Amino acid sequence: MSYLQLDGIIKRFGSFTALDEVSLSVQQGSIHALLGENGAGKTTLMNILYGFYQADHGSLQLAGKPLNVASPRQALDAGVGMIHQHFMLVDNLSVLENVILGLPGGLRLKLAEHRRRLLELCERVEFTIDPDAVIAHLPIGTRQQVEILKALYRDVDLLILDEPSSVLGPGEIDAFLRMLNRLKAMGKTMLFITHKLDEVFQVCDRVTVMRQGRVVGNVEIGDTTPAKVSRLMVGRELAPPPQRVGNAPGRQVLQLERLSALNDRGIQALHQVSLEIRAGEVLGIAGVDGNGQAELAECIAGLRAPSSGDIRVCNESVLEHDVATRRTRNKIGYVPEDRHSTGLILDFSLWENAMLRDSRRAPFSIRGLLRRAAAFARTEDWCARYDVRMHSIQQKIRFLSGGNQQKLIFAREVECNPDLLVVMQPCKGLDVGAIEALQRTVMEQRAKGKAVLYISTELDEVLAVSDRIGVMCAGHLTGVLERANANAERIALLMTSTVATGASL
Amino acid sequence: MIDASHLDILDTGLRLAVPLIFAALGGIWCERAGVFNIALEGSILGGAFGAALGAIIWQSPWAGLLVGLGSAALVGVLLALMTVHLAINQMVAGIAANMFVLGLTSFLARIAFAGGSASATVPGFSKLAIPGLSSLPLVGEIFFKQDVLLYALYLMVPLAWWLLFKTTWGLNLRATGEYPRAVDSAGLSVYRIRFLSVIGSCMVAGLGGCYLVLSQVFLFTEHMSAGKGFIALAALILGRWNPIGAVAACLLFGLSDALQLRMQFGNPDVPYQFFVVLPYVASIVALVVFAGKIKPPAATGQHYQRGGK
Amino acid sequence: MNTLLRAVYGLRMLWAVLAAFLVGSGLILATGHNPLRAYAALFEGAFFDYYGLADTLVKMCPMLLAGLAVIIPMRCGLFNVGAEGQIYIGALASAAVALYLPEIHWLPHLLLCLVAGMLGGGLWALVPGYLRACRGINEVIVTLLMNYVGINVVSYFVSGPMMQPGAPYPYSPEIPAGLQLPLLLGDADTHAGVLIALALCLVLFLVLRYTTLGFSMNAVGKNPQAARYAGMSIKRHLMLSMVVGGSVAGLAGAIEVLGVKYRLYHLFSPGYGYDGIVVAFMSGLNPLLASVSAFFLAGLSTGAQFMQREIGLDVTVIDALRGLIVIFVAAGLAWKYVVPPKAVRQAARANPTALTGELR
Repeated sequence: MSYLQLDGIIKRFGSFTALDEVSLSVQQGSIHALLGENGAGKTTLMNILYGFYQADHGSLQLAGKPLNVASPRQALDAGVGMIHQHFMLVDNLSVLENVILGLPGGLRLKLAEHRRRLLELCERVEFTIDPDAVIAHLPIGTRQQVEILKALYRDVDLLILDEPSSVLGPGEIDAFLRMLNRLKAMGKTMLFITHKLDEVFQVCDRVTVMRQGRVVGNVEIGDTTPAKVSRLMVGRELAPPPQRVGNAPGRQVLQLERLSALNDRGIQALHQVSLEIRAGEVLGIAGVDGNGQAELAECIAGLRAPSSGDIRVCNESVLEHDVATRRTRNKIGYVPEDRHSTGLILDFSLWENAMLRDSRRAPFSIRGLLRRAAAFARTEDWCARYDVRMHSIQQKIRFLSGGNQQKLIFAREVECNPDLLVVMQPCKGLDVGAIEALQRTVMEQRAKGKAVLYISTELDEVLAVSDRIGVMCAGHLTGVLERANANAERIALLMTSTVATGASL
Repeated sequence: MIDASHLDILDTGLRLAVPLIFAALGGIWCERAGVFNIALEGSILGGAFGAALGAIIWQSPWAGLLVGLGSAALVGVLLALMTVHLAINQMVAGIAANMFVLGLTSFLARIAFAGGSASATVPGFSKLAIPGLSSLPLVGEIFFKQDVLLYALYLMVPLAWWLLFKTTWGLNLRATGEYPRAVDSAGLSVYRIRFLSVIGSCMVAGLGGCYLVLSQVFLFTEHMSAGKGFIALAALILGRWNPIGAVAACLLFGLSDALQLRMQFGNPDVPYQFFVVLPYVASIVALVVFAGKIKPPAATGQHYQRGGK
Repeated sequence: MNTLLRAVYGLRMLWAVLAAFLVGSGLILATGHNPLRAYAALFEGAFFDYYGLADTLVKMCPMLLAGLAVIIPMRCGLFNVGAEGQIYIGALASAAVALYLPEIHWLPHLLLCLVAGMLGGGLWALVPGYLRACRGINEVIVTLLMNYVGINVVSYFVSGPMMQPGAPYPYSPEIPAGLQLPLLLGDADTHAGVLIALALCLVLFLVLRYTTLGFSMNAVGKNPQAARYAGMSIKRHLMLSMVVGGSVAGLAGAIEVLGVKYRLYHLFSPGYGYDGIVVAFMSGLNPLLASVSAFFLAGLSTGAQFMQREIGLDVTVIDALRGLIVIFVAAGLAWKYVVPPKAVRQAARANPTALTGELR
C-alpha cells in the first residue's frame, strides 16, 4: 500500500499544460526520487502537493485518506513539509525565530521553551546549530539544515526536498546524504526532487522520471543503471538534424583563459573555465541548467564581470569593453536565455525590438534621430527572410508566439554580422518547426565562417549542431568531446561528474 | 542653569514631537509588513478632521477621538485596497491618497465647520497632572503635566517595541516585510497581514492628527498636517524602523521645530528657515550616509503574489 | 466586441474623470446645490468666458510644465514628486538673474533668466537623480523632502537678502519691465509663457518618439534589464531624465516670476508641482495629452472662482474634485485589459511605468 498516491494530476497555466496526467506512488519510509530536467514539471507537482497551487484535475491521497491541500497551512497540518530550493528563511531573523515562524501559540513568544525543544531535535538528527545565530551569517549548508529543522519541528511525516543539493558544495553533499539516511531510519518518508543522477543512485529507493509534464518512467533503483535513467530524462521528439557541411575551422575567434565568476548570490559559478572556438566552428555546451552556463554567456556578452581570467575575441581582450562595444567593435552577437525579461521588451513593437541593440547606429538612427522608414524596411525584410509570422511590424511583440519572437532575436543578432555568436537555450519552449529554422540559421552562420557558442540543456540539440561538445558541471568545464566521439551516455556521465578533467576525449 | 524659558522649549519640543511619533509608529507598523506608507500625511489630516468633527458635534473630546480614529481608518482602507488588493504601485497610491484626503478635508471643512476655513474651537483634552510624578523637578514639569493622549503615547511606545520584538504577532509582521514567501509557506496569509497593517498604521498615524486638534491647537484648519507625515517618514528611516530609534528622531525634530518657532520671534542671527529645513536635510544626509546600512524591510514596496516556481 | 472593449479601456482616464465628477456631484448635493448648475457654471467660467479662458491658459502653463516634469522621469521609471521644489528653485534662480544681472539688452537677459530657471530646477533634481541612479536611494522620499527644503530656501531669500525694502510680507523687488513676458491677448493675463509650454510639450513628444535618446529612455523605463542588454547605460538615463524633468519644472517657476507675478513671492505656488502629478497620470505619460489634461485641470481651478460667484458654492469643492480625480485615475491604473489580473499583480513591482506605460 503506498503512502502517498497521486493520480492523474493535470495542471494548466493558460494554454500551457504543465502537468499532463501525472501519477505517482511513494512507499512509506522510502526515499523516492523525482528526476527530470528544468521545465519537466517536477516543481509544479510539488507545489501542488504543498498547497501553493491547486491541480485542475486529479486526486491526492496520503496514508489511504484523501489529501486536500488548499494552502501550505493545510499541507503542514496533514504532515507534509517542504524544503524549498530557494530557502524560505528570513535572513535577518535567528534560527529559532525562523523555525517557530507561523506556529500557532499565544501572543507571547515562548522563546526559552522553543529553544529547548529545538536543541533536543538537533541532537536527535545530529545537527550542531546555535539557535540564536542569525541566518544571514550562516553558510548555505547550515541554512539548509535550518530549513529541514523547520519541517521536522512540525512533526512532518512526508518531507519534500526540492533540489536540495544544488546549493551544496561537494563536501556538504555527503553529509547531506548521510542525514537523509538518518531521517529514513527515523521513519520519515522523503520525496527527493533532483537532476543529479549520482545522488539518486546513492540514497534513493525508487525513481520517477518526468519529461515535459509527463511521467516517462518509474523504476526501482536496484533494477536500473544511471545510463538508462539519463536516457529517459533527455529523450525528446527530435528536430531533423540540420545539414552538415564539412568545415575546416579557421583562425581562433574566442578564447577563454581560466575564467572565473560569481553568480548573483555571490557563490562561485565559474571555476577557471578555459576554452577556444575557431571561425566556422560550433562549440556546443551541454549540461544541466544551473551549472554556470548562464554566467558563462553573460561574461562573454559583457553583462557580468568575471572575478578572474581573460576573455579574448580575435586576440583582443574584451574585459574592458561594455556591452555595446562588444557588439559593435568585437562583433559578439548574443541570444540570451530569457527572451522575455532580457532579450526583448515585450511592450515594444516588432520594429523597436529589431533595432533594440543597434538603436544608436545606422541604419536605424542617424545623428540621434530615429530613421523609422529604414527601421520598418529592415524589419520587414528580416521577417520575410527569417519567416517571422506576424500581423504587422507595429504589433507589440508580446503577441507573437515564442518561436517567432526567437526568430526575430536571431535575425537581430545574426544580421549585425558578428564574428562570434553566443546562443543560450535558444529552443526553450519552441515547437519543432521553429527549432528547425533556428538550427538552420546557426548552420548558415557556421558555413559563413562565424564562430558559434551554442549552450543548451537539450542534449539532442547540442548533438545536432556542434562540431565539438563541451560539458559543464558545477561551474567546471568537465570535458570537451569531438563530434565523432560524442554520444548521449558519455555526455551524461560528464554532466554528473564534478571533477574537471580539462582533457579532450 | 535651566530656567523657565528653556523648560518651555523642552515642553514645546515634546508636544510638537507627539504627532510625529504617532505617525512614525504607524509607519513602522506598515513598512515592517512590507508596504510603504507615503500616506501618513493623509492619515494625520484625516484623523485631525474626524477629531474636530466628532468633538464639535458631540461636544466631547472622546467622541472626537473615536471619529478621528474612524476617519483615519477609512484612509487606511482606501490605501489598503489600492496597494494590497489592486497592487497599484505603493508610491503612486500613497501620493494619490494624500492628495485625495487633502482635497476632501478642505472641502468638507468648509461645509461642516460654519466658521469659514477654520473650525470653531474644539473641546479638547485638558492637561492632567499626574499626582506625585508631576512634582518631580524638571522632569515632572515637562512630562507629567500633559494630557491623556500624550500619556497614552508613553505607554504605546514601549508597547510597540514589545509587540514588535517579543510576540508572535510581531515576528510574523517582521517576516512578512522581509521575506513574505517564508511567511506564506509557513501557512500564514500575507494578504491579511498586510491589509490589516495598512489600516492599523493609518489609524495610529491618525491619532497624531487627533492630538493636533484635541490637545494642541483645538481647531481644524486646511492642510494642518503641513508635512508632518513626511517628517515622520524621515524619522522612522533615521530610527531604522525601530520604535525607540524613531521616537528619538522625532524628539530631535520636535525640538528643532520648537527652536525654530522661538527663533522666529527673536534671534535675527540665524534665519529661522535653517531650523525648519533641518529635519529634512538631516534625513537626506542620513539616507545618503547610511544608504547601504539603513535598509527598509527587504520586501517593502513589492507586491506579493503566491506562485513562482 | 473586442474593439469595443479596447476602446473602453483606451478611454479609461476619461471614465475615471467622469466617475470623479459623479461622486463629486454627491458632495455638491450635500451642500444643497444643484450639481448640474454647478458644473455648468464651472465649465462656462473656465472655457467659455473671455477672462476665464485667459486665466485658464495662465494656470495651464505651470501645470503643463509640471506635468512634463513628472512624465519624463516616469518614462524612465522614476517618480518625480519633487516638481514643487524644482519650481521654487527655478523661480529663485530666474528672479536672481532678472534682478541682479548688470544691464544688458532685454532679449538675451530674458533668455538668461529662463535658462537660469531651467538650470536651477535641473540641478535641484540632479541630487535625487544621482542618489537614485548611483546609490539606489528611493527618489520619492528624497524629492519629497527636497520640496520642503526648496520652499524654505526661497522663503529665506525673499525674507532676507532679496526682500523688497519696506514690504509688509516677504517678496522680492519687481523685475524690470523689459523682462516681463509679453502678453498675448490684449488686456487679459495670458502671457507668452503659455506658448513656451506648449512648444516644449511638442518638442518633448517629438524627442520621445523620434529620437534615439527617446527610444532608449522608453526602453530603460519599460525593462531595465533588457536595456542593459541593449547596451544602454541605466545610470546615465536615470540621471538625465531627472535633470530634464527638473529643468522643465524650473522653467515653470521662472515663467511664474517673469510672466505672472513679476516678483518672487514667499509661497507663490498653490501646489503646481503636485498638480503635475495628476496631469501626468491623466495623460498616460503622453506629453501631447498632457496639454489637454493640464488645460482641463487648470480650467477646474479657474472655473471654481466663477462658480462661486455665480451660485455661491465654495471653491474648495474643486479641491475635493481634484482629489477624487486623483484617486479614480490612480485606481484606473490598475485596470488592464489585455493582461489578466494575476499577471497584472505580478508585473506590479516598484516600477511606475509598468502600469502606465501601456498607454502609448
